[in-house]
Amino acid sequence: MTPLLEALDWVLTADSWTGPGGLGVRAGEHLLYSLLAVGLSALVALPAGLLIGHTGRGRGIAVVSTGVTRALPTLGVITLVALAAGIGLTAPMVAFIVLAVPSILAGAYSGVEAVDPQIVDAARAQGMSPVQVLLGVEVPLGMRLILGGVRLATLQVVATATLAAYVGAGGLGRPLFLGLRNYDYAMMLGASIVVILLAVVLDALFALGQRLLARRPGTA
Amino acid sequence: MDHALRRPTRPRGRTASVSSLAAVALLGLAACSSSDPLAEDGGDGGGAGDGSAIVVGSQQYYSNTIIAELFAQKLEAEGHEVEREFEIGRREVYMPEVESGAIDLFPEYAGNLLQHLDAESEAATREEILAGLEEALPDGVEALSAAEATDQDSYVVTAEFAEEHDLSDVGDLAGIDGGVRIAANSEFATRPYGPEGLQEVYGVDAEVVPVEDSGGPLTVRALKDGDADVADIYSADPTIEENDLVVLEDPEELVPPQPVVPLASEAVGEQARAAVEEVTAELTSEELLALNGRSIDEQAAAEDIAGDWLAEKDLD
Repeated sequence: MTPLLEALDWVLTADSWTGPGGLGVRAGEHLLYSLLAVGLSALVALPAGLLIGHTGRGRGIAVVSTGVTRALPTLGVITLVALAAGIGLTAPMVAFIVLAVPSILAGAYSGVEAVDPQIVDAARAQGMSPVQVLLGVEVPLGMRLILGGVRLATLQVVATATLAAYVGAGGLGRPLFLGLRNYDYAMMLGASIVVILLAVVLDALFALGQRLLARRPGTA
Repeated sequence: MDHALRRPTRPRGRTASVSSLAAVALLGLAACSSSDPLAEDGGDGGGAGDGSAIVVGSQQYYSNTIIAELFAQKLEAEGHEVEREFEIGRREVYMPEVESGAIDLFPEYAGNLLQHLDAESEAATREEILAGLEEALPDGVEALSAAEATDQDSYVVTAEFAEEHDLSDVGDLAGIDGGVRIAANSEFATRPYGPEGLQEVYGVDAEVVPVEDSGGPLTVRALKDGDADVADIYSADPTIEENDLVVLEDPEELVPPQPVVPLASEAVGEQARAAVEEVTAELTSEELLALNGRSIDEQAAAEDIAGDWLAEKDLD
């Protein structure tokens, strides 16, 4: 059998999924880490990005700093933080947030910026307050791009969350590292396949969400 | 780093082609070596020496690269032409190169190498492992005499933990209620000397805390933070002494010894073999620790560390 077929065979075996270290638990952890990291990043990056897009202030800094952080190697960040904070979930979480924030931030400010200035002017002329303009006009009209940023961040984090296992946390990195080190390539490839499936499913959900939003009147 | 390009013996392209070129060069050498075994010793460069370079390889492990550099510089001091193929990641990748003769000289660790060649081997002591290696090595590859130095997995604890639980042997861990947590690479869980072996040989209940940096700073950190009670760290790692860690004795030899042993292909002639064995004869565990220490403490380059050591031992 080719390694790929062996890997598929391993993934499709019920035994691989059950038990305390099974794929079921690992996939759950993986999903949890990813959603937690994207959620925490959105909490910071969405308001900041919307504000930058709305006011136009701080854009230069945002562009430069997101560019720089995007260039940081995630494994390096994890190792550095873990040397200070110890092993466990803290270090990978910091690294995933560093990874996710730039995409969400960029999506948010570009979404707001992309709204036709004439529409924004019209909203202001009708006496809408800045908050009303932002939440009632700019956010709904920029929703596609804003969600696109979150979608991109999710994809990046899901694909990178395997590195959590480097410092003793769980997730699908556990079978991946174990397979790599034990020359059990079926296990290694199998874990990768599950990561890919998770990423594809999440991405499809986002695509669906974006499509549904596009149909709603008042959003673009 | 592109070591192979440092001493070009002929015009060539990128590294990818180096091993195949080396293989071709070796074919040429094999053809002429029987008629003129000393051709490679000519220090004049030129025609005779061309294509007869001894290719020295090393693992992607700083300590292994230092040892490889010792061999390489010793050979150069003896007038041999040397090509370096350092920092090769995995045994699966470099062993076929050694077997095919594309790499002529490689510092290895006897225990793990034997496990790789013969997974069924039950050799446990240094003598058994070296004898087993002799048998298991494929034709054309020979193990030269092993160094006293070994670089093996070892169970270490913090000095405080050792004192608190009165630990000196691995077996003493059995007295700790609720078992122990061992920080190690994830594959440690499946190794014969892992939790299963600990239970069988010493009656110790152990659980693995996977930290994937091979006994590096993160593993030490986990140990110091109390995220793990025991850590699996290589015995030649200067971090053990720096952090005042205690290595637990292993009287039952649960962990296979890993003496440093040079693998040599047929292209390495008598005189070159003798030169390499002069190096291994001086290489004790203390010396290896000191060499590694210079790499960690001073961030010194492998070639400088090796050069200084050879000079100190009058081997250059």
